[in-house]
Amino acid sequence: MTRGLDRRRLLLSGAGLATAAALGGCDRLAGTAFGRRTLQLGEDANLFVQRLLLTPASLAREFPASAISPDFRPNGTIAPQDTDYLSLAGQAFSGFALTLDGLVEAPQRLSLDALRAMPSRTQITRHDCVEGWSSIGQWTGVPLADLLKKARMRPEARYVVFHCFDTMEFAGGGLEGGDAAGEAPQGRPIRYYESIDLVDAFHPQTILAYAMNGQALPVAHGAPLRLRVERQLGYKQAKYIRRVEVVDGLGHLGEGKGGYWEDRGYEWYAGI
Amino acid sequence: MAGKQPASSARGWRLIYRHPLTIRLAHWVNVACLLVLLMSGLQIFNAHPALYWGHVSTFADPAFAITSEDTAEGRVRGLVQVGGRRLDTTGILGVSNLDGQSVERAFPAWATLPAGQDLATGRRWHFLFAWAFVLNGLVYLIYGIGSGQLRRRLVPDGDQIRDFGGSVREHLMLRFPEGEEARRYNVIQKLTYLIVVAVLLPIMVLAGLAMSPGIDAMVPWLADAFGGRQSARSIHFIVANLLVLFTLVHVVLVLVSGVANNLRGMLTGWFAIRDDRHPGETVR
Repeated sequence: MTRGLDRRRLLLSGAGLATAAALGGCDRLAGTAFGRRTLQLGEDANLFVQRLLLTPASLAREFPASAISPDFRPNGTIAPQDTDYLSLAGQAFSGFALTLDGLVEAPQRLSLDALRAMPSRTQITRHDCVEGWSSIGQWTGVPLADLLKKARMRPEARYVVFHCFDTMEFAGGGLEGGDAAGEAPQGRPIRYYESIDLVDAFHPQTILAYAMNGQALPVAHGAPLRLRVERQLGYKQAKYIRRVEVVDGLGHLGEGKGGYWEDRGYEWYAGI
Repeated sequence: MAGKQPASSARGWRLIYRHPLTIRLAHWVNVACLLVLLMSGLQIFNAHPALYWGHVSTFADPAFAITSEDTAEGRVRGLVQVGGRRLDTTGILGVSNLDGQSVERAFPAWATLPAGQDLATGRRWHFLFAWAFVLNGLVYLIYGIGSGQLRRRLVPDGDQIRDFGGSVREHLMLRFPEGEEARRYNVIQKLTYLIVVAVLLPIMVLAGLAMSPGIDAMVPWLADAFGGRQSARSIHFIVANLLVLFTLVHVVLVLVSGVANNLRGMLTGWFAIRDDRHPGETVR
């Protein structure tokens, strides 16, 4: 996939698409391969320009404790029904261990206590949902960079993938909820996943959070661990993380677009 | 046709070259961009049809919301809620028809792109055409400022400012300047276009950028300048409505002040004015 910004191509495609819009064929056009590729150009340009202008050290705004939202909205999955998750949750995640593997020299398995014993970062940041709303919360967790250094990435590493507990649907079945639901699920469970590149993985505010607003992370907000990648939208902040995998490409995961929502048309780069 | 004979015609009208090619192109590209941006913007708004002031959403108490509720008769009605006031908008806002079925959605299918509820595709349309809009706007501004067209066309002249009241009266009676005076935009036109070009459209871009968590990490003062991300979102929505209002008035005035002449002007550049020069005066 090219990420280059070609102004003339953008303008010409824009004019072509606009003409189609005037003819009322927009929705049909967006359904074609050409239309989808053209519509993708906006995301390419956003990533190109934001990566050009944002230094790796540009921090997301941090707020005072007085700004914390009393009504921080949990979104997406708020109560996973997967049996493996429920059994861990039943014992306050004492049996939980995060797996960190993939293209690393020293794969890790870390319990919550081991993660809590590592140096932590606490930040009060604004969470921006792709739908348009915002809430401010305080997050405490382990900087992802520390974990990746501990595991020693191999040189071919390009992306960090977050595999989650929560089943979003069943391939072919379309049933919502997990395998503990009343009806027998059909097909392979499709669990939530997300991915970021190394620029964001090593950003100082990118943490695996185990606490929110000074309390253990609530189930609705992603217990036992969720990602905070503060310069992107809410759907990148994967909840219920069970495994962190370092990879050299995203093609072999899900539908190949790098995340559950990305596979369903949303931008992989959610900085806007 | 027009290009061959710019000077004068037998019936006391003559054609003047009013709109340079760059401005004509920029105008029509802008029409396409703003239409797509508006419709995809309404699609995005539909994903969370409520507005707030400040950095965050106060979900229980939005400043503005389009909602729906069940009535006592077992029907669903659409509502627009502003502060504490509620207005029944069933059929258009809150509840409308999609493929013959009554659906609960803020803006109706005919106003959104795509027609059905699809935030992901709406965002892709919005960002692609936002880029086209910004590049087109830059071409317009660089050309307009560099050539002096922008100042000549949109900044009111001294005599126009002195006769502002007279121009307002003429406008209200739908009487428009004729003859030599029609060579330039009148003072209300100039000020309106100037506000749209120099104030409203830049605010749209900046308020849009202020909603980006990436841009906010780069320039944190941008969201603050609007009073927070949710304020920026509300202002983006309000200014979009002002632009719709401007477009409606603009189109009505184009229709009543000589639609063929106006359209020829913006398509070919040539605009007809009544020949009221005194004998012996030279063409400027």
